[in-house]
Amino acid sequence: MAQLTLMRTPTETALVQAFDAAKATLPGDVESRAKAFEIFNRNGLPHRRVEEFKYTDLRALMREIAPFAVKPSASDAAAALAKTTAFAGTEALDVPFVNGHFVRDAVKFDALPEGVEIVPLAEALASGHEWLARLSPVAWAKDNPVYQLNSSFMADGVMLRIVGAVETPIHLRFMTGSETAVATATRILILVEDGASVTLLESHEGTNGAAHQPNDVVELIAGDRTNVHHVRLNREGDQTLALSTLALKLGGDAYFNSINVVAGSSISRHQVFAMLNGENSKAQINGVSMIKGGQHADSTLIVEHAAPHCESRELFKTVIDGEATGVFQGKIIVPHHAQKTDGRMMSAALLLSEGGTMNNKPELEIFADDVQCAHGATCGQLDDDLLFYLMARGLPRMEAERLLVQAFLGEAIEFVDNEAARDGLIAIAEDWLKARV
Amino acid sequence: MLQIKNLVVQIEDNRILNGLNLTVNKGEVAAIMGPNGSGKSTLSYVIAGKADYEVLDGEILLDGQNILEMGPDERAAAGLFLAFQYPLEIPGVASMTFLKAAINAQRKARGEIELTTPDFIRRVNAAATKLEVPKDMLKRGLNVGFSGGEKKRMEILQMALLEPRFCILDETDSGLDIDALRIVSEGVNALRSPDRSFLVITHYQRLLNYIVPDSVHVMSAGRIVKSGGKELALELEANGYADYREIEAA
Ligand SMILES: Nc1ncnc2c1ncn2[C@@H]1O[C@H](COP(=O)(O)OP(=O)(O)OP(=O)(O)O)[C@@H](O)[C@H]1O
Ligand SMILES: [Mg+2]
Repeated sequence: MAQLTLMRTPTETALVQAFDAAKATLPGDVESRAKAFEIFNRNGLPHRRVEEFKYTDLRALMREIAPFAVKPSASDAAAALAKTTAFAGTEALDVPFVNGHFVRDAVKFDALPEGVEIVPLAEALASGHEWLARLSPVAWAKDNPVYQLNSSFMADGVMLRIVGAVETPIHLRFMTGSETAVATATRILILVEDGASVTLLESHEGTNGAAHQPNDVVELIAGDRTNVHHVRLNREGDQTLALSTLALKLGGDAYFNSINVVAGSSISRHQVFAMLNGENSKAQINGVSMIKGGQHADSTLIVEHAAPHCESRELFKTVIDGEATGVFQGKIIVPHHAQKTDGRMMSAALLLSEGGTMNNKPELEIFADDVQCAHGATCGQLDDDLLFYLMARGLPRMEAERLLVQAFLGEAIEFVDNEAARDGLIAIAEDWLKARV
Repeated sequence: MLQIKNLVVQIEDNRILNGLNLTVNKGEVAAIMGPNGSGKSTLSYVIAGKADYEVLDGEILLDGQNILEMGPDERAAAGLFLAFQYPLEIPGVASMTFLKAAINAQRKARGEIELTTPDFIRRVNAAATKLEVPKDMLKRGLNVGFSGGEKKRMEILQMALLEPRFCILDETDSGLDIDALRIVSEGVNALRSPDRSFLVITHYQRLLNYIVPDSVHVMSAGRIVKSGGKELALELEANGYADYREIEAA
């Protein structure tokens, strides 16, 4: 029944055509792109019968594909960047992208902070840069169709190398500024060398009213004794379908702290594939989603404790208003040799309306016997007694709710080390709550 | 100032208040005493506007205005304050943020301008000093990790800052040590004024030695069954509620 396996949705057919048309012009080795696309194409767009996409059926959600964005002109890029506001109060080295293309002119390459190297990805791909060998560090990503779509279409991005203690945060600023819908595929590779430390800010903004389809991947290889703080903000436009992946490979005696804050896009799926690869490391992986109307936000993560004596904490908070849908799928994997693993994963959702939905699926896959692992998931409403207490002191209901929701989200946001970035996120939560009425 | 007429309240088909009548005049301190479960906290919640209760009959007038249709926040802005029998802990809501939000929400509702931050801090500090509330307690989440007595002091601190016209104290004395009882009572007495009334719910005559009431009311099975002067509290202390339970049974 060869014909059955060839059945394609119009979107999938369009993706095949788009890949065939683009592969010759995309930078770098066509072979490896073709291989990636083949992996994607084996099963096509994931749908609800694919376990990892059970609650985010991309076959149903991606009815068409937007044309892939071309590199914007210097003036268009500057105009688009002028509209960005993410982490406005945070001093950082700006590394901007417009419509998925690195805005090279915006970075002063001769005046980078000490310990920071930046290589534009399109050039690196074209010239076969040696760091490219370090792409795809985490095996869990390799079967993932969203990741492989990015590998097929990635047009630009940067490779960053961090050596020593870098004080200035680095801000990867993505802006989809096009007025008409575009698709983008960016890839970031970050090499944090042994003993180095850095704060990475990542923001994604875009125009409202256009059905953009960004698919971005950040791959982070952090060596031994590294200290990495990562703050990601999704403020995509209101019609955007945003797919994103963070792949992390962490060395020993290291600390990694990441948060993804969803305050934009109509549909989003953020995937984390984290591999704790050296002993005595600690990872704190958090998420905050604020969704309303018909928004859909999916956080899916796999944390593999590939080495013994590591600690991981995952804390995901979702606030749901209107008819929005939240998804949390988290899995901690502990192979038989990873003794003394300490892993704790928690997803908590707050439903502010009758019509909202939360799908929670936390899992543990434990093969070692001497471990401490736990997971939990809750889904509830605001506590009426607490609301009454606040209202009895004069706070109108909306304001009382706002204080309680802020407190709820604050538990995840407070892990952000950079004060300005943290304040920025708190302000976003406040704005979101104020906009509810 | 506060007039409660024939108040009948139930919760989940349990009749708790059975035609309660009570009047507290302007500037008056009225005490309510009564056995456990007689409905004292229910009365205080219904006055403050808690939603769980079904008011089947009667009215509650604050300066002639029926407040039963008002939300709890509107009642607070109108000058009503309830010091809870069991103040709630709210993790993640900083005490100072909460206090400022509460004061300014009430001012806004009354059409007054908001307090400036320095002015607010000055007032909090003054009240905290008077009530011997340590400053670092105010840096924590609201009531989080406070002892029972500390929570009660925090309630009185809020009352002092919000300057209500009608204050209900629901067993504010329970859980207080001897020194705290004195401090809290002095805090309350300092707020006594010809324009401010109090409804003090307590089980113990001792509190009424500090906060001397103008009237004492005995509540039993959801009604005020006897009213008198402050000597009534002494009588209750000596004889208990046995007499009033008989009235109920009869
Ligand atoms: N949510 C509720 N559901 C059902 N019954 C309730 C509820 N709240 C209170 N009651 C009942 O109402 C009655 C009065 O309770 P209330 O707390 O008002 O008494 P109280 O006089 O304050 O008692 P105490 O002196 O112990 O504080 C009790 O029998 C109690 O069990
Ligand atoms: Mg009571």
